[in-house]
Amino acid sequence: MNLGAVNLLAIRAIYLFEMSRMWRTLLQSIVSPVISTSLYFVVFGAALGSRMKAVDGVSYGAFIVPGLIMLSLLTQSIANASFGIYFPKFTGTIYEILSAPVTAGEIVLGYVGAAASKSLLLGLIILATARMFVHFGIAHPGVMVLFLVLTSATFSLFGFIIGIWADSFEKLNLTPLLIVTPLTFLGGSFYSINMLPPFWRTVTLFNPVVYLVSGFRWSFFGASDVSIRASLGMTLAFMVLCLAVVRWIFATGYRLKP
Amino acid sequence: MTTHPAAVSVRNVTKTYASGFTALQPVDLDIRSGEIFALLGPNGAGKTTLIGIICGIVNATTGVVLADGHDVVTDFRKARSKIGLVPQELTTDAFETVLATVTFSRGLFGKRADPAYVEKVLRDLSLWDRRNSRIMTLSGGMKRRVMIAKALSHEPRILFLDEPTAGVDVELRRDMWQMVRGLRASGVTIFLTTHYIEEAEEMADRIGVINGGRLLLVEDKAALMRKLGTSHLVVTVRQPLAEIPAALAKFDLALAAGGTELVYSYDAHADDNGLAALLHALNGSGLAVANLRTHDSSLEEIFVNLVHKSP
Ligand SMILES: Nc1ncnc2c1ncn2[C@@H]1O[C@H](COP(=O)(O)OP(=O)(O)O)[C@@H](O)[C@H]1O
Ligand SMILES: [Mg+2]
Repeated sequence: MNLGAVNLLAIRAIYLFEMSRMWRTLLQSIVSPVISTSLYFVVFGAALGSRMKAVDGVSYGAFIVPGLIMLSLLTQSIANASFGIYFPKFTGTIYEILSAPVTAGEIVLGYVGAAASKSLLLGLIILATARMFVHFGIAHPGVMVLFLVLTSATFSLFGFIIGIWADSFEKLNLTPLLIVTPLTFLGGSFYSINMLPPFWRTVTLFNPVVYLVSGFRWSFFGASDVSIRASLGMTLAFMVLCLAVVRWIFATGYRLKP
Repeated sequence: MTTHPAAVSVRNVTKTYASGFTALQPVDLDIRSGEIFALLGPNGAGKTTLIGIICGIVNATTGVVLADGHDVVTDFRKARSKIGLVPQELTTDAFETVLATVTFSRGLFGKRADPAYVEKVLRDLSLWDRRNSRIMTLSGGMKRRVMIAKALSHEPRILFLDEPTAGVDVELRRDMWQMVRGLRASGVTIFLTTHYIEEAEEMADRIGVINGGRLLLVEDKAALMRKLGTSHLVVTVRQPLAEIPAALAKFDLALAAGGTELVYSYDAHADDNGLAALLHALNGSGLAVANLRTHDSSLEEIFVNLVHKSP
């Protein structure tokens, strides 16, 4: 083995393998989310935005930037990570991972690390794209990057779990569509939850995406629907939950080993 | 046996799948270091399940497996770093190139890049010219070579070949046998499964026979042949015989081929197998002998016998 207790070469091998998959599918991985996000900006930001009043003193076009980035980040993290582990399960090449001298942690670092890297890169590209459509400043760049990293990592973990759980392409594709898209749209991406009637505002607080979008928006504009502490706390809590599930999966071999 | 420390040691291993089906009854088995061990059994016998348990792909229901002295569950990193696996099914990363996928395997097993070694493996398997081809463009036989190259990429000390020659053309089968012998010569322990008797007979030092999840026997190949093997002397005569001639009546002969063959079955390894007496009697019988030939009973016969006797 190498460098003591960690099989760094294995992490690197898995990570590079997954990243090379991205270069091969560059068009899907990067170009299509960028185009769809641009369309959002054209429709919501430029066309509708000029007729909408500013939210919390921020122009509507700028207001939706953090939400749109989060939408892409969540969708892509889950899609990348779930596909990354589902595919070897589907083709059978997972035998090699299972029979290799690698720990669960190393496998997760390789797969989830690669998926998170892709989303992170994508998030930055979308940020740059958005900047071409609307003008905005970033009040807390450090916190913004922290949220990008945390969100990419957490939802890549979540995607990894889905990829292991899914035993058909339908489940793989429908889960993000049925869970993530509604949660994101209802998560304050395109509005402030303070615009909602009190009852719905309370219901919304059970949606984890609200905390992500809100915290991320705070890093841009210094104002948010829920406190930044609550946002960070919820994100971390979800990450810990995902880690616990992954740990259980590898301890029991759930859907990995008969 | 004490001169050979066990490369793999299987103790009381059973497997009952989630479906409730018991694929392995308690199995105890030692694979000696440096040997070629062939596990022989019909489809569904439990061969792949046993390999899966040893290699970490299947969870055992009970029992312990040590590879090179390391528990494959609690000390899996040490155990698995010694093991190379070529599974039964052809499963490859279609979009990767040969060189990339083999390099990946080496890294996965925590081995530092060694282009010269990887080149040697690819050359030995006649893959070097195709190293930059995507795997999906290769033939089935070539894909199997790629899987072998992946398993060898990290210099395993114990190599598992699950039905390596099933559906493989003659050329690859011959290459594979040669490769296996070469590996054994370099000290690698080989565990292969097969349902081709000739393969076990040709390759193995020791043979295990499994059926219905039960390991029926484990023997040195030679001893197995000796123990269960029977030789046959076939005497071809010029004129068909209606019955066994009286001069040969005291031998337990059988008539075959429409009376033109006399068959004598004997144990070639027994001290007194009656062969000399028979030949003497044959000489004195006045029969016009056209031909004499002997053949040993194949592992096939032994195997069919065993499997039919097992519950
Ligand atoms: N995942 C599984 N779930 C239930 N039964 C299985 C599973 N895998 C294999 N089996 C059954 O276990 C038995 C042994 O299978 P296997 O080990 O593949 O046999 P072999 O490799 O000797 O052909 C077969 O009857 C097979 O149907
Ligand atoms: Mg099999």
